[in-house]
Amino acid sequence: MHRKTMNFTLRVWRQKSANAAGRFVDYPARNIPDEASFLEMLDIVNEELEARGEEPIAFDHDCREGICGMCSLVINGLAHGPNGSHATTCQLYMRLFDDGSTIYVEPFRATPFPIIKDLVVHRAALDRIQQAGGFISNRTGSAVDANANPVSKRDADGAMDAAACIGCGACVAACPNASAMLFVGAKVTHFARLPQGQPERDRRVLAMVGQMDKEGFGNCSNHYECEAVCPAEIKVDVIAHLNRDFDIAKLKSATVGV
Amino acid sequence: MHTPHLDSKTPAGPLESKWQRYCFDSKLIAPHNKRKYKILVVGSGLAGGAAAATLAEQGYAVECFCYQDSARRAHSIAAQGGINAAKNYQGDGDSVYRLFFDTIKGGDFRAREANVYRLAEVSSAIIDQCVATGVPFAREYGGLLANRSFGGSQVSRTFYARGQTGQQLLLGAYSSLVRQIGLGAVKMFPRTEMLDLVVVDGHAKGIVVRDMVSGKVRSHAGDAVLLCTGGYGNVFFLSTNAKGCNVTATYRAYKRGAYFANPCFTQIHPTCIPVAGDYQSKLTLMSESLRNDGRVWVPKKKEDCAKPPAQIAEEDRDYYLERKYPSYGNLAPRDISSRSAKEACDDGRGVGPGGLGVYLDFADAIKRFGEPVIKERYGNLFDMYERITGENAYKQPMRIYPAVHYTMGGLWVDYNLMSNLPGLHVLGEANFSDHGANRLGASALMQGLADGYFVIPHTLPNYLATVKPGTVKPDAPEFKQAEAEVNERTRKLLSIKGKRTVDSFHRELGLLMWDKCGMARNEAGLKEALKRIPELRAEFWSNVFVPGEGEELNQSLEKAGRVADFLEFGELMCLDALTRKESCGGHFRTEHQTPDGEALRDDDNYAFVSAWEYVQGGEPVLHKEPLVYENVKLATRSYK
Ligand SMILES: Cc1cc2nc3c(=O)[nH]c(=O)nc-3n(C[C@H](O)[C@H](O)[C@H](O)COP(=O)(O)OP(=O)(O)OC[C@H]3O[C@@H](n4cnc5c(N)ncnc54)[C@H](O)[C@@H]3O)c2cc1C
Ligand code: FES
Repeated sequence: MHRKTMNFTLRVWRQKSANAAGRFVDYPARNIPDEASFLEMLDIVNEELEARGEEPIAFDHDCREGICGMCSLVINGLAHGPNGSHATTCQLYMRLFDDGSTIYVEPFRATPFPIIKDLVVHRAALDRIQQAGGFISNRTGSAVDANANPVSKRDADGAMDAAACIGCGACVAACPNASAMLFVGAKVTHFARLPQGQPERDRRVLAMVGQMDKEGFGNCSNHYECEAVCPAEIKVDVIAHLNRDFDIAKLKSATVGV
Repeated sequence: MHTPHLDSKTPAGPLESKWQRYCFDSKLIAPHNKRKYKILVVGSGLAGGAAAATLAEQGYAVECFCYQDSARRAHSIAAQGGINAAKNYQGDGDSVYRLFFDTIKGGDFRAREANVYRLAEVSSAIIDQCVATGVPFAREYGGLLANRSFGGSQVSRTFYARGQTGQQLLLGAYSSLVRQIGLGAVKMFPRTEMLDLVVVDGHAKGIVVRDMVSGKVRSHAGDAVLLCTGGYGNVFFLSTNAKGCNVTATYRAYKRGAYFANPCFTQIHPTCIPVAGDYQSKLTLMSESLRNDGRVWVPKKKEDCAKPPAQIAEEDRDYYLERKYPSYGNLAPRDISSRSAKEACDDGRGVGPGGLGVYLDFADAIKRFGEPVIKERYGNLFDMYERITGENAYKQPMRIYPAVHYTMGGLWVDYNLMSNLPGLHVLGEANFSDHGANRLGASALMQGLADGYFVIPHTLPNYLATVKPGTVKPDAPEFKQAEAEVNERTRKLLSIKGKRTVDSFHRELGLLMWDKCGMARNEAGLKEALKRIPELRAEFWSNVFVPGEGEELNQSLEKAGRVADFLEFGELMCLDALTRKESCGGHFRTEHQTPDGEALRDDDNYAFVSAWEYVQGGEPVLHKEPLVYENVKLATRSYK
């Protein structure tokens, strides 16, 4: 049914387990329909590996529509692959690549994201940052009517822009310092723009930044690689927002308390 | 075989006051006793995430499991369009009763009245709860919440967050969940797959899981088990579900004695991106909300199908939904819209590769509102469409075709959301309870959150009050037995070392199910499938190749376990479809249709829930729960 097929050489990071040494291994990817997604291309290569009795390449994925944040590859040196498309790996289509080219496929690399196997990494550090303060404490069933507190469209839209983060960790993988500031900034900004988020605003930012530091993420030194790769198009403005909220909260904690 | 009717435990009294009465009559557990009860919540989607967070907040000791690397990635995240609630914020005549009625009718009168009424009743509190947790729903300039319309309803009651409503609702529930994890009230086990249910003295007391990183199999014991594991649409291989969605959790519970209800009720969603080739791994939904502004059409003449759409004159287009269902038009319910698309394509008037597609056209809406407005409403969907197809839907109509999307069937539960196995509760898409034979758009999110936030916290104590906490430990013989069976199965899968990949079996099963148990079914086809599935299963168990080892991260092994279960479950679906000799909602038996091709129900003989009991080595036994309608009148569903 499909019109065009392509051929590639994949240079893939293989690593048997967390402590094993890893290395690049070359695999041919032949007769790949140009309409296939990057992960479908990997499926085809894996099917061939299995048919030959070899172990397939392990990689994370689930929704395959760019929203769950589970897929996580560095492709030709870029988190989620050739950018400009602002898409996750699962939403990357082979027609974007040059026929006959060699494609490097690596896991997200960052100290807080240890490798489990091949291209699969641990990202629980991001969950722990959110655990520290990325929530509004309200008891189920205790809420007031949803229209009791009007929110300007500007703030609702701004909150939504930040809340769109899919938590994939590409920002960390792309940052030379492995900083998680875009991720943390997105969550802090989302809540800070809404009236419901105000009561815990100061505590939240202090707790989340505290946990981020504890997890070993680096600092932001304004490379903006994070914004460039973010599939949810989160803007670095959220980092400015984060810094401002953090400074205010610190000042308050030293004076009136948070 | 004659079996006693199932008791739904629906409370007595008028529909409107059943739930309030029930809550008042419910048993309470004193705060200092709650932490003695351990609740195992399998799943962290809207149903599981909301339940785990709320039960922990109330003081129970909760353990929560999911197969993804984080609770935030449950498949609820992918829901696009919106969530219904009877707020009547638009003042357009909505009410709890209307939402209830639309849902019952939308389900083609195959759902339980009392459950659906309760769902409509708590819908309003869901929106309040979500806003309080910071869900950034769309708003109007005045600061109030905005609404859109969904299929099968003539009011505007759907709340949304751009095209990412599921994401925002799930992240709301997730934030409450992580708060409880941080407080130590929930222990979270990501990358952990449930492979069996453990029943002790007739009560569900635990689960056997596999740690997907180390590959180690272990048990967890608890005082109640909540399965919130989502739907089984992946039995068709191609569906809009995430790749990991499975039937394993619910099917294993079925094999331990829980009844499986209406397994053949599956929803084929009308607006998905058409299949492009056999390399394809999943199908992508284009939200139903698009039908607010998009018009569905195919050429009137077969000869026009190959022409570019712009060259087909207005009078040569068949806007078939508007023609056949003038009062609902493009917002006709999903089962009806899907079937109409199939009819048009079967008639040779489909468009695009293989003739399996129809147009969803935004030209009129863009003319009326301008491109920026359409972009604001659906921008991310148009972007996704372009990424996948390489086509710009602002300039030319989208091509869409129906695809498997949702499963109304699931484990049987009573009004308490408890299965026939005491202690085993089932929430969200994993149960069967609220959508009958067809689910209306924007009501699965509503049901997941209703079950998790507002129903189970009230119904679970009624069970817990009857059991002494902490009586069963994971070293009980029933656990050891179940663990041994899981390990044996793994060993067997790894030792076959055959010639075919797991995916090749899954694809073959999927195609078979789509052909014989998909949008249209009939006796001959179903019988053929019932013959073919056991053959395919036998081949699987003698010729599948599963590489690697058990005690490591092994994605082929994970898939193999799920496909092995689909290969059994598919048979149950076909059996259910064969047994139900009527058409209703998504279950369309070609032998039972009206002269103009609509579903023909048989209320005299089939107004019941089919609940199947597993019998080792024999045919499953059918139990019936009669559906008694005290409030709505059973009528032919018409959207004309
Ligand atoms: C693309 C798409 C769009 C949709 N859009 C809408 C919409 O606009 N409005 C609407 O109302 N509905 C929509 N739906 C339907 C709705 O999203 C789902 O029905 C609903 O979110 C299901 O929620 P859940 O909590 O029951 O299950 P899920 O969110 O699927 O969660 C299942 C959980 O169970 C876990 N799990 C599963 N199996 C196992 C196992 N064996 N062991 C351990 N854990 C397991 C998973 O890890 C996950 O945490 C959509 C569905 C899809 C696919
Ligand atoms: S697989 Fe879900 S975002 Fe890529």
